[in-house]
Amino acid sequence: MTEGTRAARLRKRLGAGPRLAGYLVPVFAVVAALIIGAIILLRLDANPIEAFGEMLSGAFGSSDALISTALKATPLLFVGVGITIAFRANVINIGGEGQMVAGGLLATTTALVLPDLPAIVMLPAVLIAGIVGGAIWGAIPGALKAYYGVNEILSTIMLNVVAVQLMNFLLRGALIDPAEIERGTRIPQTERLMDSADLPMMFGSDRLHIGPLIAVLAAVAAYVLMWRTPLGFRIRAVGLSRDASRYAGIRVKRTIVLAMTLSGAMAGLAGAVLVFGSESHRMVTDGSTAGFTGSAGFNGIVAALFGGLHALWTIPASFLFGGLLVGGNAMQRAIQVPSALILALNGLVVVFVVSSDRLRRRLLSAGPDLAAERAPPDSDPAGDGAVAPEGDEP
Amino acid sequence: MSQLFTETVLIAIVASGIRLAVPLLLASLGEMYGQRSGVLNLGVDGIMLLGAFGGYYAVLRSGNVWFGLVVGAAVGMALGLASAVISVTLQAEQGISGIGVFLFGLGMSDLLFQKMVGTPVPITSFSDVHIPLLADIPVLGGMLFQHSMVVYLAFAAVPVSFFVLNRTTFGMNIRAVGENPEAADSLGVSVTRVRYATVTIGGTMAGFAGAALAIDLGIFQQNLTNAAGFIAIALVYFGAWRPVGVMAGALLYGFVNALVLQLKTLGIIPRSWSDIAAMAPAVVTILALVVVAQRFRQPAALTKPFTRGS
Repeated sequence: MTEGTRAARLRKRLGAGPRLAGYLVPVFAVVAALIIGAIILLRLDANPIEAFGEMLSGAFGSSDALISTALKATPLLFVGVGITIAFRANVINIGGEGQMVAGGLLATTTALVLPDLPAIVMLPAVLIAGIVGGAIWGAIPGALKAYYGVNEILSTIMLNVVAVQLMNFLLRGALIDPAEIERGTRIPQTERLMDSADLPMMFGSDRLHIGPLIAVLAAVAAYVLMWRTPLGFRIRAVGLSRDASRYAGIRVKRTIVLAMTLSGAMAGLAGAVLVFGSESHRMVTDGSTAGFTGSAGFNGIVAALFGGLHALWTIPASFLFGGLLVGGNAMQRAIQVPSALILALNGLVVVFVVSSDRLRRRLLSAGPDLAAERAPPDSDPAGDGAVAPEGDEP
Repeated sequence: MSQLFTETVLIAIVASGIRLAVPLLLASLGEMYGQRSGVLNLGVDGIMLLGAFGGYYAVLRSGNVWFGLVVGAAVGMALGLASAVISVTLQAEQGISGIGVFLFGLGMSDLLFQKMVGTPVPITSFSDVHIPLLADIPVLGGMLFQHSMVVYLAFAAVPVSFFVLNRTTFGMNIRAVGENPEAADSLGVSVTRVRYATVTIGGTMAGFAGAALAIDLGIFQQNLTNAAGFIAIALVYFGAWRPVGVMAGALLYGFVNALVLQLKTLGIIPRSWSDIAAMAPAVVTILALVVVAQRFRQPAALTKPFTRGS
């Protein structure tokens, strides 16, 4: 019996409900994670209702809270949108952290090298530099996968390691604030970057910069690209079946590299927005990637999965997870439960979402099947995750 | 530069390189079992972090490093079992579910540390065991035979792993399940049971490795492993799924890190350049991944869940 008929039979037996239930599976995943969070809180002698109340009001309870949430959601949305592109091409990009760092570095370097650019050119220039930095950091594992059969999970992990060392090297050396050397403090950070590169503020706020707006626009652009253009169709086709795509004349290798490049570009833009939207208006390192990214390179994956690998659904998903992170900090201040709890719960959400993926797919029957798409039996005879040989592309 | 080539400094570099390789070696050997049976466990770093905290906390309370290692391994075993449920029974996409386990471990270990310990308190570390006679050999003795018991254990795990994989029925089953689960299944080998065993072994070794790291450093802090678990996964590929290859990779990391530390201490290279030097093993690993992808074939069923009759 094929998966399709089984799903059809299951749907018939259960009536109209399952389709809705299928959409709700990710929601159940979050609820399950929150229940475990409540148990952990009880074990820590904290009142879960009080804790979640603090989180809720800290994340969504005031305009100030909403601004914090929007700002926190911004890098998640950029990375998440990039993830939807790569995962749809059946390429697992877990190098968001490194790609953010690469984008941040190239954007920062651009601003430092060309300080006298007129304001109107400066901002686009640094944002494009961020895109390019991330794109390069995404294109490398894409090309290694497409042309050399290197598993992208590993190459992106290793490039995260390279990126953090590159960041430490540059911020301790070439890019360091000269004043830090003069004072002898040598904090690894740049000088305050020029005003012309500051992200403009919105709605008369002194905190809410245009980063969230750019991120939403990027999500819409990615949606149009993926679902309304031939390129997006090719990316999705390659993700569903490389063999079929090849027979249809799609340049599979090139499409894979392109998907990873776009994915990296989104993360790179997140890095640039982090630098030029930061309150200190400079790039700082504490020696780790998470110190710069706030683990957005990983948390963006959570948002994308929660959004069903759909760019538009990733917008509310990012807002929700941004809210969780902001709320976690509020909870820490109010009842002294470390906000690290939120990171742990995010991990559980990922586990629950992907663990229930088979169930969800059976209920929806038409949804994207991560596991099956990842290794379609026909397209990967060598079983090494590499693209099967296909001769020279025309 | 000449200060680098004195006997004491060279002995120190080799000896500390071997020591630094230990957590990577243990975690990587454990991960190798899972991958040989067809399961990629990406959550190693999270398991290492929780094992590290478990080990640290146990030593803090008891003062006994062996108890710490046992606790670390037990934490790892529980998480390995959970990982097996996720990837074998629930058949979750292995490239992503492990990221969830990693985030859980990263957050949870930090949370537990902040709530149960708070400020970093140093703990008892391992004491060195000088192997009789061998430790007195000039040069080599100081490099190889004046380590803690954990170092000897970790390197003993290399031939043991080779033996288990290549000379035992269990090892044959692991390889069969990783190469051709349908065939193994038809011959009566339980794919599920073998994969549960290997992923749990991997988790146990990752937890043990984390505890060994924390106890060796004598401290715990947020994100103590600093991606060591991810590097351990890459080293399995680096070593082309063979114990000796994995050991070579772990030693490469150990030696380069020891060399960089030493260069920094001696002030031979400025601090910022040591970051570039520390980048070397990661770049070498990426190049090695390219070579391995061309020359070696990974276990055919790696990352593919098994459903009977599909």
